Amino acid sequence: MRTALGRLRRHRAALLFGALFLVLVGVAVAAPLWKDVAGRGPLANNLEGQVVLGGKEVNVVSLEGVPIDPTWGKQYFLGADTNGRDSMVRLLYGARNSLLIGVAAALFTTLLGTLVGLLAGFFRGAVDGVLRSILDVIWAFPVILLGVALGTALALGGLNLGIVTIDGESKLIPIVVIAVVYVPYLARPVRGQVLSLREQEFVEAARAQGAGPFRTMFSEILPNLTSTIVVFFPILVANAILLEAALSFLGAGVRPPEPSWGNMISVGVDRIVTAPHLAIAPGIMLMLTVLSLNAFGDGVREAFDPRAKLRMDA
Amino acid sequence: MGRFTVRRLLQMVLVMFAVSVLTFLIFNVIPGGDPAVRMAGKTSNDSTIAAIREEWGFDEPVPVQYVVTMRKVFTGDLVSYTTQLPVLDEIVMGIPRTLSLAIGAAILWMVVAVAFGLYGAMRAGAFGDRLITVLALVGISMPVFWVGALMNYYLGFKAGLFPNGGYVELTESPLDWAYHLVMPWTALALLFIGIYSRILRSNLLDTMNEDYVRTARAKGLSERRILIRHVLRTSMIPFVTLWGLDFGLVVGGGAILTETVFDLQGVGQYAADSIELLDVPPVLAVVMLAAFLIVALNAVVDILYAVLDPRIRITG
Repeated sequence: MRTALGRLRRHRAALLFGALFLVLVGVAVAAPLWKDVAGRGPLANNLEGQVVLGGKEVNVVSLEGVPIDPTWGKQYFLGADTNGRDSMVRLLYGARNSLLIGVAAALFTTLLGTLVGLLAGFFRGAVDGVLRSILDVIWAFPVILLGVALGTALALGGLNLGIVTIDGESKLIPIVVIAVVYVPYLARPVRGQVLSLREQEFVEAARAQGAGPFRTMFSEILPNLTSTIVVFFPILVANAILLEAALSFLGAGVRPPEPSWGNMISVGVDRIVTAPHLAIAPGIMLMLTVLSLNAFGDGVREAFDPRAKLRMDA
Repeated sequence: MGRFTVRRLLQMVLVMFAVSVLTFLIFNVIPGGDPAVRMAGKTSNDSTIAAIREEWGFDEPVPVQYVVTMRKVFTGDLVSYTTQLPVLDEIVMGIPRTLSLAIGAAILWMVVAVAFGLYGAMRAGAFGDRLITVLALVGISMPVFWVGALMNYYLGFKAGLFPNGGYVELTESPLDWAYHLVMPWTALALLFIGIYSRILRSNLLDTMNEDYVRTARAKGLSERRILIRHVLRTSMIPFVTLWGLDFGLVVGGGAILTETVFDLQGVGQYAADSIELLDVPPVLAVVMLAAFLIVALNAVVDILYAVLDPRIRITG
């Protein structure tokens, strides 16, 4: 573990991209500061307003419905969207949602995937049979098809789990959907590892000392899964952010007017001929974020587990 | 061997069954999902809703509805709730489009990825290798519909190099067919080129350290011959497997985003449009098609590997 961290510390490119990701997180955290500069929030429509540009008053949204291009000034730095909202402010607040969803979904996948893989690999037999069948079923869907079907259905009906109910508008819906869809990608390799770990001597020793199954699982086997999980995590966040964008494009991601890079790109794609900046700016932010995570993830993999076979579909 | 195959096929049928139940349930248990209410439209009253409910069998218990619907999946009699068109016809119409997208993109991404992978492995660490590594990373870091939209705008709309959307039958004009598909192929292939060239490069580098490669080198074979005949050949087995699986995924509607952004009206786009309308029959049909392709191709791969490697049969 310590040597792996040392190797990561010497991996300059990975550190650079890791730093880029942290900068992007910082930018998202600082979103309210720019809101104060621009003087309007991410949800504030402005269909009839004007801004002063080069001494002239210009409509934020033209009479034909075309939003203003980037002004590169305090107000409407990156232009407006078709509702006259400030694109820069939305971009920064969208960063919060995209990053939140990416990290939260990845955490949730990690939790579920590790647990399922542990239980299936450790108990084998019937437990393994049931859990593996569930994973096989999720695996049999194309990721996006399952994601958008679940996302659409849950957005309409909300989610009722007995104790907790989640409103259909909630950001938890895309988080849960994305997390569930990616569980097999982690649970399968974890299960495989647990299957071989449980046969090793240190596990036998723990059992001989009277450790119960759960104690063996969590304090003996789990620590040995750390590198697999660490290697997976950045890639998982990257893919979760991409999937949120894809779901938004198909109308099943973060619900407008709340901004996310995904739903901003999807609005921009529809209006690309009249206002290309609407698609370009959030797309570049998303690409930089995912790229920084993927490149950092590569470095982490080389440092921790060069032979790890990772595969994710977007 | 026979037992392994039977067990694998049985497992496949069970997964397909579970997939169909899950898809059916996703759209049936949601509140506000009552198809009769939506089919009746805005100016409906209770009696028309009740009539639709009876006509389409929505008043039956969910398990009965499931059985009836699934029977129609197999007889090809499924009808869309919204357009009331036969689902089979729509899928038959979409398949050539989806196949056209899949075939061209798959060839493109395979050829480019093999070239990139070989170059990267031969010149590991050199400038060209690093450049390819970065490009591959960028390729897997962009949403495919965003790339597609930018291509549409800059190459299609502004530069006028390629047609904006539309699809021409291959039988009508092969040249026009390809011309219309260049941008969709490229957009879809970019992602896979990123994934595949990375995988191939690392597989090749792993294989180069194997004993038999050292033997070949000791025999005095040329580097080129070693790379092509010994290293590439071994690395290609898992690689081609993956290719087959991904091809199945794209044909089964996995290229929803590419199809939608280029308005190809293939199977994936049909599924996406139907999901938006909560139109269960088309969604069910496409999901079953996709799941069948994925599960069947996986089973074929497993069985083939078991034929090649007897150890798998025991543990499988």
